[in-house]
Order: sequence, then C-alpha cells, then structure tokens
Amino acid sequence: MTLPPAFQDWFTRQGWQPHPHQLALLEARTDSLLIAPTGGGKTLAGFLPSLVDLTTPHKGMHTLYVSPLKALTADIARNLSRPVADLGLDIRIEDRTGDTRASQRARQRMDPPDILLTTPESLALMLSYEQAPAIFGGLRRVVLDELHALAENKRGDQLMLALSRLRALAPDLQVTGLSATVEDPSRLARFMGGATVIHADPGPDPDIAMLATAKAPPWAGAGGHYAVPDVLEAVAQATTTIIFINTRAQAELFFQALWAANDANLPIGLHHGSLSREARARTEGAMAAGELRAVVATGSLDLGIDWGAVDLVIQVGAPRNVKRLVQRIGRANHRYNAPSRARIVPANRFEVIECVAALQAVRERDLDGDDRGPGPLDVLCQHILLTACAGPFDADALFAEVRTAGPYRDLARADFDDCVAFAATGGYALRAYDRWQRLMERDGLWRLRDPRAARNLRMNIGTIVEAEMLKVRYRGRGGAPLGEVEEGFAATLAPGDTFLIGGQTVRYDTLREMVVEVTKQPSKEPRIATFSGMKLATSTQLSHRVLALIGNPAAHAGLPPDTRDWLALQAQVSTLPRPGTLLTEAFPHQGRWHLAVYGFAGRNALQTLGLLMTRLMEEAGLAPLGFLATDYALLIWSLDPVTDPAPLLDRDGLREGLGDWLASNAVMKRSFRNVATIAGLIQRNLPGARKSGRQATFSSDILYDTLRKYDPDHLMLRITAAEASRGLVDFGRIEEMLDRTDRLDHRMLQRVSPLAAPLMLELGRVPIAGQGRERMAEAEAAAMMAEAGLS
Amino acid sequence: MTFHPFDFDGQTLQARASGALFWPERRWLIVADLHLGKSERMARRGGALLPPYETLETLDRLQAEIAATDPAVVVSLGDGFDDDAAGRALPDDVCDRLRAMAQGRRWIWVSGNHDPGAICQRLPGDTAAELRDGLTLRHEAGQGPDVSGHYHPCIRLAGQRRRCFLAGRDHLILPAFGAYTGGLEVTDRALAVLVPQGLAIACGARALPVPVGMRRRA
Repeated sequence: MTLPPAFQDWFTRQGWQPHPHQLALLEARTDSLLIAPTGGGKTLAGFLPSLVDLTTPHKGMHTLYVSPLKALTADIARNLSRPVADLGLDIRIEDRTGDTRASQRARQRMDPPDILLTTPESLALMLSYEQAPAIFGGLRRVVLDELHALAENKRGDQLMLALSRLRALAPDLQVTGLSATVEDPSRLARFMGGATVIHADPGPDPDIAMLATAKAPPWAGAGGHYAVPDVLEAVAQATTTIIFINTRAQAELFFQALWAANDANLPIGLHHGSLSREARARTEGAMAAGELRAVVATGSLDLGIDWGAVDLVIQVGAPRNVKRLVQRIGRANHRYNAPSRARIVPANRFEVIECVAALQAVRERDLDGDDRGPGPLDVLCQHILLTACAGPFDADALFAEVRTAGPYRDLARADFDDCVAFAATGGYALRAYDRWQRLMERDGLWRLRDPRAARNLRMNIGTIVEAEMLKVRYRGRGGAPLGEVEEGFAATLAPGDTFLIGGQTVRYDTLREMVVEVTKQPSKEPRIATFSGMKLATSTQLSHRVLALIGNPAAHAGLPPDTRDWLALQAQVSTLPRPGTLLTEAFPHQGRWHLAVYGFAGRNALQTLGLLMTRLMEEAGLAPLGFLATDYALLIWSLDPVTDPAPLLDRDGLREGLGDWLASNAVMKRSFRNVATIAGLIQRNLPGARKSGRQATFSSDILYDTLRKYDPDHLMLRITAAEASRGLVDFGRIEEMLDRTDRLDHRMLQRVSPLAAPLMLELGRVPIAGQGRERMAEAEAAAMMAEAGLS
Repeated sequence: MTFHPFDFDGQTLQARASGALFWPERRWLIVADLHLGKSERMARRGGALLPPYETLETLDRLQAEIAATDPAVVVSLGDGFDDDAAGRALPDDVCDRLRAMAQGRRWIWVSGNHDPGAICQRLPGDTAAELRDGLTLRHEAGQGPDVSGHYHPCIRLAGQRRRCFLAGRDHLILPAFGAYTGGLEVTDRALAVLVPQGLAIACGARALPVPVGMRRRA
C-alpha cells in the first residue's frame, strides 16, 4: 500500500511530511510493532492504513482499536474525525466502553461501525456474544495502543487471548501494536504473537538531571517536601509542568505543601486515581485548555492524552524503574525532535544514590523490565468460560487457538485441560458437582449446562480486582462522607491514628457497620501517609546499579558531597555493601538488638524475607519483635542478638517457610482472592451488595484455608503459588538475591551504622504475628474487662 | 482457656473456643448455623462451584467437640442445612457420620429460616420448632430470655475479625459453627438492639471475653 495523492495533499496542507515509520506501517504486509516516542504521530501511523483501505467501500467492521484507557478512545475518535472529514471519507467511527449506552451497544452488535474504538474488557464482552462471528468476521485490522502498558499486567494477557479469538474468526487480520520505548521490543513482539518491529526515530537525548535544591534531602522519608521552593521555581520558569509522585497519599501531601508555599498563586492542579472521575476530568480539561501551570499526578497520568504544552516533567521520589522514568520523561515536549526536559527530586539520601544510578541508566539507554513469565491460568479460565458463553467449543481447536496468543505459546495441554476441568466442574479432587457442572461436553463440544449462567459470567469479566473499599465519614449522626479507603488499610488503624483523606487530616475513632468513623484533626500531622498496600518495588536492574554504585568508592565522585561523606563514614565504621557479598549488621539500640540485611531486592521481596526470617528467629528463640523493609534493606529488632545470620538465610529453610507458614499470610490470601475472582470461583461483589452488612457473605480467606486443607493441589492454589514468586510476595527476587550472593559478611557493631541510621527513621513497622498476636488479643481483652470493672 | 464459663438465665454455661455452647449440668452441646450443604446449594442455583469441603470441615469440628464434651444431647440450633433440599442431598457418607456421632445420645434439629421443613429420613434425631427446658432455645431471638443463633455475631480484636458469642440480659446469641459462614459485627444495629450491653466471647485458639456496649471509664 502506498500513500494515495489525496492523503499526500492532506499532509502537505497541514504543513506536514509523513514520518518514515508512518509510511513503513502503510507498506507492511505482516503484523507490526511500532516503537515510537510520544509525539511521533504514532496513532495516525496506526490508523493510516485503515483510512487508505477504507477509501474503497467495506462491509461491516473494518478496524478495531483497543486502548487501556476509556478516555483515550473518546480522544482518538475526535482526532480521527478531522482527517476523515478533510478527506471526505465515508467512515463511521464509534467508541464502545463500559460507559456506552445499552441502546448504542445493542445497535453496534447488529450494525457495527467501520472503526470501533474499545478497551480489553469491552472486547472480551463482545467476544462472549453469540453474534461475535458475525460482528468480527470481516475484520481486517486491529490496532493495539499503549501495548507496553497493557503487556505489564493481566489485562494484556486477556487482550492477547481475545486476539487469538479474533484471528480465528477473521484469518486475514493484520495487527499493529503501538508502544512507547521498551527495553526489549522483540519480547513485546512475541507477546503479540509475533510481529515485525518498526522503530521510529527516537529523537534527541532527553535533557534530564537532578533538580538543584537549596536544602539537602533528609535522611529518611518519602515526601520530598524539602524541595517545594525549588519545584515552584522550576514550575514558574516552565510553560506547563507535570509533577509525578509515586503514591496517591504523597501526591495529596505534596500538593498541599506546594499550595502552602505558592505565593505567586500559580494555577496547580491535582490528579490521582482516588479522586472522583469528575475531579479528574476537571483537571484534564483545565490542562487541555492551557489553564494550569502544573499538575501534581501519580501513575494516573502515565498514559493518556498528549498535552503539547508540557515542557517539563518533575519526578519527586526515586523512580523505582528506569523504563517508567523514560516513559514519564517522554510526557514532556511532544514537539517531535526537541529534547524532553525532566528533573528528578530524591526524597531522601538513599534515593539520591538511586536517582544517580537511574540517570546513568537513562543516558546509556539501558532500560529494565522483569519478565512476567508465561500467561497466567486464571485469565485462561475466564477466557474459556467466556468462550462457552459465545457458543459450544471443541477443546482441541480452542487449545490450538489459545497457543497462538503470545503469552500462552508454550501452554502445556495438561494445564489447559485443568483449566477446562475447573471451568466445568470446579476441578476438585472430590467430585461433588457432576449434577451441577457449569460446562458439559455433548457431541464432542463443551457448552454451558444452563445458558442463563452466561449473564453472571459476563458480569465477572475483567482482570482488575478492586480492593474492598470502606466509606470514611465524620463521627456522629449524619456525619459527612469524606471518601473511601481500602479495607486492608482500615484494618491496620488503631483508635487515635491520624491519616490524610481528601486533603484533610482526620483521627480514626472506630469502625461501625462497615464505615470508618473519624474526627477532624486539623492541627496534627498525619501519622500514616499511605493508604494503599501495593507499592512498586525498585526494579532488579536498578537495584543492581545502586548496589554497584555504593560498592565502588571510585564511582562516589559522581555523588553529592554529603552523600559521599555518609558512605565514607559507613566504610570506616562497618563496610560498604558490594556486589557478590550480602552485608548484614547486628547492633544494640535502645535496649533491643537490631539486624540490618542489605539485600537490595526491592521492598516486596524484603518484606517477605522479613516474615520468613523472623519465623526462623522465633524458632531459634531469639525473640523477634518486629521488622521493616525498604527497597534496599531489611531491619529486624529482637530481644537477643543474631550472631550468625547464615541459618536465617538458608534457601531451603526460607522455601519451607514459604510453603507452610507464609501460605497462611494475608498477602497470599489477597493473591488468592484476585486469582479466584478472575478465574470465576468467586463473584465480584456487586455494588452495594456487601455494604448492607448481611451475615450471609463470607470471606474468600475461608475458601483458601479450606482448599489448603482438603485439596492442596487444586488449580487455584497452584496459580496463587505461581503468583507468589512475583508481585506482592516476590519470592523470585529473594532467590535472585541468594543467587548473586557468594558470601555473607556479618558485622557485630557497638552502635547503629551510618547506613542503618536512616532505617531507624522509616515508617511501616510490622509487628510479629503468631503467638504474639494471641498474647496481644488476650492483653487487649483483659484490659477492656478491667476498664469495664469486670475482671 | 478452651472455654469461658458464664451465667445466663440462671444457668451456668460454657462458651467454647470452637463456637459451641456446653451446658454442663444437663450435658447439652448446642451449635448454631451449621449450614451443611451450602456449596451444593450454590452450585444447584447456578452460582459458583465452591470447594465442596465445608460439610467435611464442619463435621470434623463438631466431632471434636462431641469427643471433648461427651454430651447427652446435641442441639443444632437452626439452619443446620443451607436449605431443605441441601439436607436431602447430603451424601451417604455424611449421613453415616452424623448417625455415628448421634450414637448413644439424643440429637435435636431446631428448624431455622433456611431449613423450615422436615429432616431427611437418613439423618438421626428429631426436629423441633423450639425447646423450653430450663432454657429457651430457638433459631431467632424472640421474647427473652432465650438462646439463639441466626445472626452469626463476630467481633474485631487486635485487628482480627473473630466469631463470638454475644450474651446480654435477654439474649444469648451463638456464633455460626458452619465453615462457609460470614459474620455480623456485634456493633451492627440488628445485634445492638438485641444486646445493647453485655459480653462478647471471642472464638479462636482460646475463648476471650470482651465487654460490649459498655461506656469506658475515663
């Protein structure tokens, strides 16, 4: 396909020249993956072949566009309408998301538009209709936008399974993936099921550096508030700035701090995922209209509509991940061929080192990315059930089809059969549901036993499992609602704890009828700054860079002077951690022994290591009292000292702990809940169903415990265990840490070492559960009895 | 302790850590809301195919309680079955186990809102709408003083949610003994109306008494 004269004229009228990668996509005969920086005309490149093709009439749906964001589909529809109108093309473009009206959806099923813009979830839903073959049978092209983001989680796996279905329904399909810069384009191409990679000109190197600040960063903490005057100064000098912050709670705090010092009244907005949709839309609108000088944002702005006016990105807090940093930098300056400008602000001294290491990686274009492993089976279970909703299927044919999806290319037949068995009968060792199975095989085809079940299954579509949320309101009758917090966060609160919600500091009083009751506490600093359990851990590759930088005194010249002095003192008092050696330090402090383990394995893995090591310490009679984990180190305090850490870091001992003790941990139960929900073992709670406080609903923890006891080899437990090697449990990185450790270096010290000192100031201490928990409950109950005069 | 002794309606009773109530003077063991056959009922109604082990789990725990207390009478205080059909559909081996447990003692199924009908022929024991014999036993709290179930009370203690007994002046409400059962917090209005002030006894590794509805001393 070449660019027709009418299109060439259109480009000329805009004062544009088609980019080479736009023409390359037009000429491509196979599936393609376009890697291009933002501002490179990526979207137009994806649609150009469709527009050219649609100059000759086509019957039915011609092109399907899938984006991770609903907002993007509407934006794309608007952007496409201009060339379509200018060129006088007779093309119907519509979007279809969870927000689309039912009447519109019904019409789209009967009379699909030429170009349909949608999300992975809506696509999965459409494929579950009996009419799917008619809707998609004539499909010619599929455009997958922001594929790098989708490939990072189960939404991408679900999308690839949907794509395998589309390829079966429309064998002539040509697929185009669009992606920002990634570390390994060929891996992303394999994820798509194979594609030719086309690289756009990456543009000039970004102008990126640490933000010069008047004050040095503090020893600990994650707020970055010391840099507020310098950030305001930078905002004042730029046209429009995006200030990225790692968590929602910190974004709220930083936004407050900015406004407290904003003497020039610069218009600055706030954007994060806990804000209402309306509030976010207002900020986006103001940004698009050029009314804001800056917006404080979280990952909620990692993707989305391009704002041409953004000429500065400031990252507050260590970036944790080089690839994400590069993608965020790309949000600045969408004029192609002008360098993006970005500044980073470390929140504390440890982060200074991480920021220096990340800058090196950016300059060397050395991106990171941890392989997610093969496609997860819970997503496959959902796919099988949805396939059955569309009509009877042949297991052999479906297996062959699923293997055309990149993440499932190496799927074993036995695993597939287990998923079918799960979908059909629950897959239990005890065959209890022969009469009530969900799928049954008749004439060699699997089908729904009761077609009415399709409705329930469709309501359970999707791979995003929201945490249970609890409403927060002021205490007393008719208290005003303030917002929502995760149930897991609410469970960690003790009466008197203060936290921030909707820009207000409040004190936790009680939990009543599934509502968190609080009192206003304007004068106090919020003691707890986070209300989300999941934190992104520093990537493996960046952790290695940080460790290499710390362990090599010759490289310390590149660090700020105070950081340099700090590390020099550490080398003098104890020693520096270095690659190949796992440094541990034991020292007394305030009547307790402390053990610091410099594992550099990310906070999730070190948190898990804390749980496992304290268990071994309890068995050894060392009386551990608690621990805390950061991205670099684990700190455990106990009544007795650890003189030899080797037995506590024994791989088999740790593995065993993961098998039996950690398996009953809340983190595993949370993973199980996600897996079981995606696979369709438990239904998503319908809105309002749980809030009524009925006694009939019971926790998924009970299912987990029951399965572990009576059916330990069940598919759901196998999937949960596989998830534990990554994500929240991240045991894979504990193994990685042990793999790169040639020897242990244990130091018995008289006092806190310079490297350990900041750890003493960190928040997020975890008390040891087990016998201790029972004793705490007894003490609490006894105290309440005594208080009530009942003892 | 594995149980907490307390007085209610002139009788000395034991709230056991398992969630069962034992009446030592008469040697009665009382359990509420077993909900046997719950997973079968959900599957039959086209819902999820839950792990079908909750009946085994519930019976294991009940058997342990019977072994520990050797009761003369066992009372299932309503909602013994998740519905009447679940009672009829219990597998033979479950019925055999129940009959073996009932050997040498009386067994009474008080009917509940889930299982109002007659019990299946293969099961041991008799049915009753309620029992009045020193104590009044019924599924749902009525004119007190009475001992009942139905609400599945639970309480938060040291950050954990635990099933609990709830004892006030007029009502003693038992926790659900069945494995697949949720809970209603003792602070919930439905329970606070029945027991505005009294004692919750939390189940778990040990039975822990906790006051509820008391104004704390300053």
